[in-house]
Amino acid sequence: MGSTFFASSLASTEPSFPTIPALVILPIIGAFAVALTPSARSGLHKLVATLFSGMVGAISIWILTAFETNSDFQFISQATWIKSLGIQWFAGIDGISLFLVVLTGLLFPLAIVAINPSHNHKAYYIWLLILQSGCMGAFVALDLFMFFVFFEIVLIPMYFLIGKWGHGNAKYAATKFFLFTMLGSAIMLVSIIALASLHSRDAGSDITFNLLEIAGNPAISTATGRILFLGFALAFAVKVPLFPVHTWLPDAHTEAPTAGSVILAGVMLKLGTYGFIRFGLFLFPEASHFFAPVFLTLGVIGILYGAVVATMQSDLKRLVAYSSIAHLGFIILGTFALNTQGIQGATVQMINHGISTGALFLLVGIIYERKHTREIAELGGIQKSAPILAGAFTIVMLSSIGLPGLNGFVGEFLILLGAFTAHRWWAVVAAVGVVLAALYLLWAYQRVFHGPEESAEDQTKDLTPWERLILLPLIVAIVYLGVYPKPMLNRIEPAVDRLVAHVEEHVEGGAFREPTPTVGTRSSFADLVEDSHNHGGHHESDDHHDKGGHQ
Amino acid sequence: MQDLLCLIPLFPLLGFLVLSLTGRRLGEPASGWIATTMVGASFIAAVIVFSGLLSKDSANRVYELNLFEWIPSGELSVSMGFLGDPLSITMVLFVTGVSTLIHMYAIGYMHGDPNFSKFFIYLNLFVFSMLILVLGDNLLMTFLGWEGVGVCSYFLISFWFEDATNASAGKKAFVTNRVGDWGFMVAMFFIFFKVGSLKYSDIFSSTIEGSLISQTTATIIVVMLFIGAAGKSAQFPLYLWLPDAMAGPTPVSALIHAATMVTSGVYLLTRMNPVLAIASDWSTNLIWIVGLVTALFAAAAAVAQNDIKKVLAYSTVSQLGFMFVAVGSGLYVAAIFHMVTHAFFKALLFLGAGSVIHGMHHEQDMRRYGGLAKAMPLTAATFILGWLAIAGVPPFSGFWSKDEVLLAAWNENRVAWVLLLIAAVLTAFYMSRLVFMTFFGEPKWKEVETSQNEDKQELEEISSEDESSEHQTSQPHESPWIMTVPLIVLALLAVVAGVLNLPFTHDTKLLESWLEPILFGNEVHISASGATKWILAMVAIAGATVGIGLAVYIYRWNRIASNIVEPKILRDAWGFDQWVSNFMGGPGRKLFASFAWFDKTVIDGAVNGTGRLTQLLGTKMRVFQTGLIRTYALGMVFGSIVVVVYFITRMNF
Repeated sequence: MGSTFFASSLASTEPSFPTIPALVILPIIGAFAVALTPSARSGLHKLVATLFSGMVGAISIWILTAFETNSDFQFISQATWIKSLGIQWFAGIDGISLFLVVLTGLLFPLAIVAINPSHNHKAYYIWLLILQSGCMGAFVALDLFMFFVFFEIVLIPMYFLIGKWGHGNAKYAATKFFLFTMLGSAIMLVSIIALASLHSRDAGSDITFNLLEIAGNPAISTATGRILFLGFALAFAVKVPLFPVHTWLPDAHTEAPTAGSVILAGVMLKLGTYGFIRFGLFLFPEASHFFAPVFLTLGVIGILYGAVVATMQSDLKRLVAYSSIAHLGFIILGTFALNTQGIQGATVQMINHGISTGALFLLVGIIYERKHTREIAELGGIQKSAPILAGAFTIVMLSSIGLPGLNGFVGEFLILLGAFTAHRWWAVVAAVGVVLAALYLLWAYQRVFHGPEESAEDQTKDLTPWERLILLPLIVAIVYLGVYPKPMLNRIEPAVDRLVAHVEEHVEGGAFREPTPTVGTRSSFADLVEDSHNHGGHHESDDHHDKGGHQ
Repeated sequence: MQDLLCLIPLFPLLGFLVLSLTGRRLGEPASGWIATTMVGASFIAAVIVFSGLLSKDSANRVYELNLFEWIPSGELSVSMGFLGDPLSITMVLFVTGVSTLIHMYAIGYMHGDPNFSKFFIYLNLFVFSMLILVLGDNLLMTFLGWEGVGVCSYFLISFWFEDATNASAGKKAFVTNRVGDWGFMVAMFFIFFKVGSLKYSDIFSSTIEGSLISQTTATIIVVMLFIGAAGKSAQFPLYLWLPDAMAGPTPVSALIHAATMVTSGVYLLTRMNPVLAIASDWSTNLIWIVGLVTALFAAAAAVAQNDIKKVLAYSTVSQLGFMFVAVGSGLYVAAIFHMVTHAFFKALLFLGAGSVIHGMHHEQDMRRYGGLAKAMPLTAATFILGWLAIAGVPPFSGFWSKDEVLLAAWNENRVAWVLLLIAAVLTAFYMSRLVFMTFFGEPKWKEVETSQNEDKQELEEISSEDESSEHQTSQPHESPWIMTVPLIVLALLAVVAGVLNLPFTHDTKLLESWLEPILFGNEVHISASGATKWILAMVAIAGATVGIGLAVYIYRWNRIASNIVEPKILRDAWGFDQWVSNFMGGPGRKLFASFAWFDKTVIDGAVNGTGRLTQLLGTKMRVFQTGLIRTYALGMVFGSIVVVVYFITRMNF
């Protein structure tokens, strides 16, 4: 069945334009272009960087329109890389990666346009462009080795972005970030190599790192699969990050320059959650099911623990960082629900968290720029002097809280619904996180924005037209995806369904089936009312309110 | 007609959008009038839909309208769909009607506020959300409106956010409501798990005709929904936010925290009556017991409040308790009836209180009122009608609806009836106390005017910039027509709304036969005989008389020192709020802080400890430590190659 699986999952025709290579390589060309620009012309650096990352954004939009709603990998690009080791350049996009590609395509130019670095413009833009290339590569890779290479590449630019352009204890934060992630990925590398070689041994084929071939023909034993899964999972868990390997995140987020935080939260954390879905579940369906309770628990811990610790933070940026831990806990919860709603919700939540938290970091950056502090205690009364800033913050905050009608709710609700269907109690406990999210964000908002007006000489400047323009697309996305998420959900669902089917196929019993649709005989309310009216006596016999009887 | 259904929420949405874009430029009073017109248009649309429903045969009085699919995922399909049936249209009619009046009133009340148009933006958004809540054809739509009204309530409570109390009150309301929302969400999960849909018609058909929901599941669902309802409708112990919510401008208190939003819990449970019907008895008993406790507890607290809005706030909590008693006893019609009459008289009382506050330059302490009937005759007259209605004096509306709720309690058991009757007596008492302290007796404001304290002055400036002549003399004054016209209309409604459901014959029970189709035969019918009902009604009237009489005795004739009936424990509302605040600020906060400490010290400490340990080892291996990342990366690559080579050599080619 391996070969049919493999064949069915690829789109039949290859597009003539090398879409995916363009996504990955354009930023690199951009980085070279920036490098060749004279150092003195800092404005030019920004222009070139915007141009190239903007082109990537445009291509990602084109991909969104050209994407066909089915479960296939599309825009496939395949080439031999290191033949003797079976390593390929093999990339494609399906419903799960589609929106992450678009998010990566659009968030980078936005971050580049929005924020100017404090110094050394040239190097700053070079690193950002390399980072974009790395993130893109990781999201489109369908070859394990290729994925690993890009997964690693992103570390280096981020290390320098935090270390060189960061605030405060930046060196410490950067090193911590680097070492933590390195530790995880070293073990993942071993697992990748072990998986490829064991697979080729057990399947009796040439060595390959091709994700679809390995996943489509699971030859390794259950026990081996479980061990290798843990190897992958550790790397992803650090990246997500999951409790208790999360402590690099608050430091990295807090000390990073604004663009770094936006990208880190918006895109890079998703490498971990995406890794779980794309590689964890796909390669090791049995192990994923076996270890699901562990990860569900870690997800729930992340949700509650992240929220509780966020509540007590005195630094606004650190608070948002901890809120990320809570939100990503939701994504893990949905992923390991292993059903359509859960995984679809997780995928949606990845995008929504990217938008909301990206916007939140932008706004915190704007506040920091004006007030030169992120200490909540030193802020207050900003709403009076900067009502539009406050309004933008409110919308983004409500999206982060998960208010229905805004984007954050859709993912959270589907995740909880999926998790409930699969493992009831985890969802019931996780839903408490919804209460806590309101607590820490509203409390922070109150202390920063409410309260008596700032003194006359210390008035916060409201958003400039330029800043409004930057935030507008994010806010439009927040509202649009909250009111009409259907186009997004429809594109994601086929790939998720295929993944769920794949997991169920390899798990005995298939314990996490959705409830069978049981309604449908009566779709109209009118029929129901009429019916109950006509058979009014139907209910009298078993009415438990049997105190007086009907007259 | 079907399509008119979507016009109902569309108008306020339009108002919200138009004002968001242009409100600042339109300014005062244009933005207020636009908002009022939009809600008025919505009311007219509602009336048209209502007449359309009326013209239909009672068995198929339903309009359904499906706009678009909102959240599709696997088996789940949630639509933006509207359901216009007798229950939702009843709600829509009084929501839009009362809203229109309150919008109009607010044009006068908010006069001179620097954020005048913003106030109406929020108000329109609130009405839109409330209509979504009521008209949604599935639980998730209702939840959308549910959260929408919650967030508008948050905006409006902390509308004057410069004051820390207001900001805290807004946050408290939202967070407390979220506790309830947890219950709502879990209930939805259970329902989807069992039914595979969140649409009301699907849920009902699976409970009425199928057996998808077992009794146990139904019981859990009811309890969870009740937690949600208790949050939104301020039932014990989640009522804590409502007295604080009075920090918002008075029109907000009238609209959101008395007439409409806080009744959503009653609506939700009534809507879900087929599920309540199959749940086990203890869950419905829980509803009426909590309602009873709330009714009594809050009525007692209202007795000792000195802030006029706090009296009304506790009164609202208490009256909502009455409605829950009715719902829990299966007398849904009584609940909805009381909800409607309460919306009229409580909105009237709040607006009247607002008029007094406005006239008294933002003084809210009743001890500084007195004899205001002369200065504000219209306000006083309308307020007195509202007072008679809530006190349960026949033939005013509150008498009829409260009597039915008392019958519901009688039907449950006699003790419940006695306790609820005590709550009703207390209601008559504290409302009479409020009226006497405010409108009658010696004016107390003359003594105070010289010793105005400073923080009050700040508030005054907001409202009385152009009334400086009156301000200087501090003379209470009657409110402008734009505020008194809504008072008059509401007073009329408060007087006559009883005709909606007069208990005499089947034909006079208009509301009961109107709501019959949506209750699927789940309405419990009172077993008491006609004579018993008459006697009970007489006892209720006697109770109201006792309450009013006591107040006359104490507050008019001053025969007993009033501080005897206003003990501190009642003024503090039994100290429950303080206790919870202390807990949250003390042990609760400590618990949260301990987690933060744990994170910083234990988890991160372990990480740094490992780092230091490595460093220690590193000093021994200094030669390798160049401090350059590229050296490490090189090491990684070499290490990887070693691993690769190892596996390749182990492979069988």
